[in-house]
Amino acid sequence: MGEYAAQAKLAVRNAGMRYGDRVALENCSFDVAPNTIVSIVGPSGCGKTTLLWAMSGLHNLTDGQILLDGKPITGPHPDIGLVFQDANLLPWRNLMDNILFPFEIKGQTPDRDWIEHLMERVQLTGFERNFPRELSGGMQQRAAIVRALSLRPSVLLMDEPFGALDAFTRDEMNKLVEEIWMETHTTIVFITHSIEEALFLSDRVVVLSPRPGRVQSEYEIPFERPRTMEIMAGKEAYDLTYRIKGDIYGHQAKKLAEAKG
Amino acid sequence: MSEDGGVVGSDVGKGFQSLSSFGTGGLRTRLEILAIIATAVIVIGGMELALRIFEVPLYILPPPSAIVSALITDFPLILPHLGHTLVVLFSGFAIGAGVGMVLAAVITQFPFAEKIIAPYVLILVTTPMLALVPLLILRFGFGYEPRIIAVALASGPMVMINSATGFRRVDSQKIALARSYGASTLQIFWKVRAPMALPMILVGLMIGAIFGLLTAVGAEMVGGGFGLGNRLTTYSSMIQMPQFFGVVLLLSTLGILIYVIFFFIGKKWASWEA
Ligand SMILES: Nc1ncnc2c1ncn2[C@@H]1O[C@H](COP(=O)(O)OP(=O)(O)OP(=O)(O)O)[C@@H](O)[C@H]1O
Ligand SMILES: [Mg+2]
Repeated sequence: MGEYAAQAKLAVRNAGMRYGDRVALENCSFDVAPNTIVSIVGPSGCGKTTLLWAMSGLHNLTDGQILLDGKPITGPHPDIGLVFQDANLLPWRNLMDNILFPFEIKGQTPDRDWIEHLMERVQLTGFERNFPRELSGGMQQRAAIVRALSLRPSVLLMDEPFGALDAFTRDEMNKLVEEIWMETHTTIVFITHSIEEALFLSDRVVVLSPRPGRVQSEYEIPFERPRTMEIMAGKEAYDLTYRIKGDIYGHQAKKLAEAKG
Repeated sequence: MSEDGGVVGSDVGKGFQSLSSFGTGGLRTRLEILAIIATAVIVIGGMELALRIFEVPLYILPPPSAIVSALITDFPLILPHLGHTLVVLFSGFAIGAGVGMVLAAVITQFPFAEKIIAPYVLILVTTPMLALVPLLILRFGFGYEPRIIAVALASGPMVMINSATGFRRVDSQKIALARSYGASTLQIFWKVRAPMALPMILVGLMIGAIFGLLTAVGAEMVGGGFGLGNRLTTYSSMIQMPQFFGVVLLLSTLGILIYVIFFFIGKKWASWEA
């Protein structure tokens, strides 16, 4: 730790996770600087969810540790918000009761002004009394984001939050995350399968290798925000996409070659 | 055991849905209501007419009008027996359902214990509790006790088997959500597991209540003395068929009432599932 721990919001240190004989994650180390967005990409099953759950304190690592502001994470932490792969709303509660769920669990009085502001920001005002099944997938995921932000966490962890959405809705949601970040500067760790999404959102992209997941490479994304279509369609973005894809698919090509002969 | 409970449950669930079509407005439903009333009039009126035309004797099958008028005139005599039946049903059901729900909640937390207990619950579900009534009477006499025990034994396993199916529907993502906010085991139970199980619990309570009603009446027929079941044996032995069918009508009404009550509870508290 030492030199990093002072400045990193989250520091992943030699993180390893074994499920019985299966090694899901091995010797992973990287930093998440405060007030930045870091994306984690990597092939399916390489341990991304495992890593994120360890960051949220829901899992205990079998090796290494993760530091939040220099202190090891040992369990769920009020400063960390988590957005799940599907919206994970409770179907028997209306939207507002879903958003108030964390406050109910913690026995805290909700900050109504803040929640109202968030609802407006994600354009859900007027849907407070609706039940999840009455809303589109995008709206549900927006409500899940409001729920995660309602406690004003300083870190927001998002596990492929838009993976199940169509391409247009996904673009809108990415724009929304950017807007929210520009307003709050919340540190965000974002897992995705989409390199395009990672480039649009992040200050840094961490590429994990196939299982057991290790940090294969890291990229700084230097574009300023808000990121326009021109930036994202430019040469620099193209080159980054090419290199990241090379890292991911290169691995697969190698594996294929090994399997063949 | 989960299969049994689940299958019974989902069928009743569909029943809930078909009944819910009553609620919606519009021309189609008005036509439907008209058709329902018309069918009832034709069936009941047709029965009345046929029984009178063919001069079917009263002791074989009385016409609907005779049944209703017998029920009305003898109602003061029948009312105390209705009271007895309701006491037996309510107490037996409350005990059976309470124990059933608690056992289901506890047992589903320990899959190992569940495997051990499952066969016994299945035996309880499949054994007609009526068969035990004579035995219970030997032990507890002719009062309320044997009947209440029989009702509890009949409804409890039904409630338990369905509630267990509900509690077993754990969603690890939703539990993780609660845990990520630091929820305790108790909070996870009341705020995640229980609401998630509620639709199945309600189905179990409804089936349990109807089984309880059947068992209460059966036990009263065996146990003598008082209760609507006792009225059935008395009226049939005295060949008072209009009164007999009047009581049968009353019992069907009770059964339908149970269904309707749970339908509306389900609509209010478990409609998120539909
Ligand atoms: N509870 C568990 N028990 C056993 N093995 C597990 C468990 N959770 C995850 N694994 C295994 O660990 C590995 C990593 O899983 P993880 O869910 O973290 O991958 P992922 O990168 O999030 O995949 P995806 O992109 O498909 O979501 C997988 O091989 C998975 O089978
Ligand atoms: Mg995953």
